Amino acid sequence: MDNLAMHISNGIINGPVAAAFGALALAALALCVFRGRQDLDDRLAPMAGLVAAFIFAVQMLNFPIFTGAVSGHLLGGALAAVLVGPWVGALCVAVVLIVQSLIFGDGGVAMLGLNITNMALLGVAVAYLLVALLLRILPRTVTGLAATAFVASVLSVLVASQGFVLQYWLGGTTDVGSSLGGLAGTMAGVHLLIGVGEGLITASTVVTVAKVRPDLVYALRSLRPLPTAHQLPVTGGAR
Amino acid sequence: MGAGHAHVLYRDRTSAVHRLPPEVKIAAMVVFTLAVVATPRDAFWAFGGYLLLVLLVAAVSRVGLAWLASRSLIELPFVVFAFALPFLGTGERVSWLGLELSVDGLYGGWNILAKGTLGVLASLLLAGTTTMRDLILGLDRLHCPQILTQIATFMLRYLDVLVGEARRMRVARISRGDDPRFLWQLRGFAAGVGALFLRAYERGERVYLAMVSRGYQGRMPGAWLATGAATTRHWLVAATVPLAATGIAAAAVVLG
Repeated sequence: MDNLAMHISNGIINGPVAAAFGALALAALALCVFRGRQDLDDRLAPMAGLVAAFIFAVQMLNFPIFTGAVSGHLLGGALAAVLVGPWVGALCVAVVLIVQSLIFGDGGVAMLGLNITNMALLGVAVAYLLVALLLRILPRTVTGLAATAFVASVLSVLVASQGFVLQYWLGGTTDVGSSLGGLAGTMAGVHLLIGVGEGLITASTVVTVAKVRPDLVYALRSLRPLPTAHQLPVTGGAR
Repeated sequence: MGAGHAHVLYRDRTSAVHRLPPEVKIAAMVVFTLAVVATPRDAFWAFGGYLLLVLLVAAVSRVGLAWLASRSLIELPFVVFAFALPFLGTGERVSWLGLELSVDGLYGGWNILAKGTLGVLASLLLAGTTTMRDLILGLDRLHCPQILTQIATFMLRYLDVLVGEARRMRVARISRGDDPRFLWQLRGFAAGVGALFLRAYERGERVYLAMVSRGYQGRMPGAWLATGAATTRHWLVAATVPLAATGIAAAAVVLG
């Protein structure tokens, strides 16, 4: 079961718009690959895999929403942004989407560009910008970190859902006329609820990791450089 | 989170489709889907042709029609959206059984239903005949950036770690007097999700270090990459289905 907005299936958005977003996603992912390579060290490589696996797993957990017809799932953009940074984070979400579309048929292959733009690019970018901003404003306490992760999750999910509305407005295969405003409203409402659920899970996960292994949290690296964080030998990630 | 999503879709059979190298299957599936999506929605006969192609491949690969049908239920929510469109759509209306339906909406609903279903069926055929390991190998041979295949490899490896760790934690909770029922077990899960993540990471880190100490440098073992790569014959065999689909799509565009 899947959500309408998040994994766009073949035929919902017309060809030219899908192709344009495909090109956009390809260009952005190329940049992420280029920048991500510099980030990916022996500490981040397993973390990136685990974040991707975690997102893959939680995307299987769906929130049934009232009617039962529409269900939504977690996106994981904020979690990826906090733990592995914007570049590798976007790649993690993109990998999840590519694998899902190739083998589960979850989201059409031809619509991959649209799905990657919404969830991997928009979702992660919004989350990371918010995290970078909030971590500087809010007090550096556990509560501050939890609030940061929560707010970033909620807003990144909302923005990603509105990405679909924008794409539908640009190239929806069926003109729903004035219902587009309704579509935007429904999407926002549903995803506010999803965002709250996602925010709780993200905050809980990030806080636990930050307490025990702060060296693993990418977003905290530049703020609180731990003396041991970068001096360990290559294979010394084990503790 | 059932056990082993990583293998749940693979159908262990021997067939010509199973034996094809993964890279040609991925390419064929992508080209087929693009041809389907490019087809004008009022060329109804074309979609019949595509379905015939899918059924043909399904028969050759022996994955079983019942399996294909039950697995394609993943697109159910989209079907609901497709059935809503005739009511939401604007413009000219027809009445059918006393309902006022939008013509544009009817076409739109059909469009989503047909293209979505064919896309799901095509990817199920790929998943049913290709293991996850081969899938990543195929992406690597198609020159997918190494960082992406690396993340994908770890994702699949760690899915099992995560599921195993979640199961151990659940057993631990139950043995300490927790009584998980339906929705209430979500609370225990939510409270432990951070711990689950951390435990899975530390286990996963050991897996990673074990791989590094055995010579892992970010790519699949050379022996895997070297053997079983696609030959020209493989490409020609696998090209038949997407070529037929492209032919149908071209005919539909020209005639439509």
